[in-house]
Amino acid sequence: MNVLKYLLVGFVFGIVLTKSEAVSWYRIYEMFQFQSFHMYGIISVAIATGVIGIQLIKRNNIKDIKGQPIEIQDKEKGSTRYWIGGIFFGLGWALVGSCPGPIFILLGAGFWSVLIIFFGALLGTFIYGVFKDKLPH
Amino acid sequence: MNIIFQTWPWYVSGFLIGMIMLCLIYFGKAFGMSSNLRSLCSMAGAGKYVSFFNFDWKSQRWNLVVVLGAMLGGFIAVHFMSDPSNVDINPKTIAQLAQLGIDAPNGKLMPDALFGTQIWQSPKSILILLIGGILIGFGTRYAGGCTSGHAISGLSNLQLPSLKAVIGFFIGGLIMAHFLLPLIF
Repeated sequence: MNVLKYLLVGFVFGIVLTKSEAVSWYRIYEMFQFQSFHMYGIISVAIATGVIGIQLIKRNNIKDIKGQPIEIQDKEKGSTRYWIGGIFFGLGWALVGSCPGPIFILLGAGFWSVLIIFFGALLGTFIYGVFKDKLPH
Repeated sequence: MNIIFQTWPWYVSGFLIGMIMLCLIYFGKAFGMSSNLRSLCSMAGAGKYVSFFNFDWKSQRWNLVVVLGAMLGGFIAVHFMSDPSNVDINPKTIAQLAQLGIDAPNGKLMPDALFGTQIWQSPKSILILLIGGILIGFGTRYAGGCTSGHAISGLSNLQLPSLKAVIGFFIGGLIMAHFLLPLIF
């Protein structure tokens, strides 16, 4: 495993999310109040870039770094888990203003109160693991 | 040197986030942050008790390295690339927050009312962050992804399940922002 390239990609990710302020509780609040285009712009351009890139990869049969064909896994079909799980996540996202990426980024930046969110997120993940087979998917 | 200190515009940031996702695809991986929470649970030994965590987390080490890089990036960006002009949100938003008793940004990424050092003395504040975290951890694993895995990776690959999840994110977020937050603060 060539560790360095992952470290570098992560490093750029941390800088971009901080400098775009996508890690900011304020930006998430502002987004959910529809009082700024900023976050919607970020998400839309990221998706547009991704759609174009993936189409180019698929149409030109671009190989990955090891020369293997690139296969992007489809998401499992279904509805319940996506709607319900999505709503749960959305409630948390708007409450504490961070999604999982920013939780790590803010911790790295030294916002120690985010440790509580981080611990909660681990706990929530664990709770899902415990009840996974009893939940409708 | 403005570019280092000012807020990066949405079109630059969005493009770079898209490129980061494509980069990971080129490396033969997938962009998704919340799955690291599962790996961390497994690393901590949760697999002994719950089968969901009994998987080969070592195959996900690359993603933990991405996380480590992101933490370093956050550190550098916050400590060496910040400016009091940052987080220039809508004045209407600031007025609205003032009514809830939440301080204005003035260059800060996070409000002191929710994240300041005084929260360690307030059970209510700790509970808010803890519950928020639980909702995030539970919700992302239930939905099988978060903003990176569904909104960016999934929608970029035109996945219908991801669209459902993202609409779910916004239903939950709007309920919280418009109905629950005013009750909490």
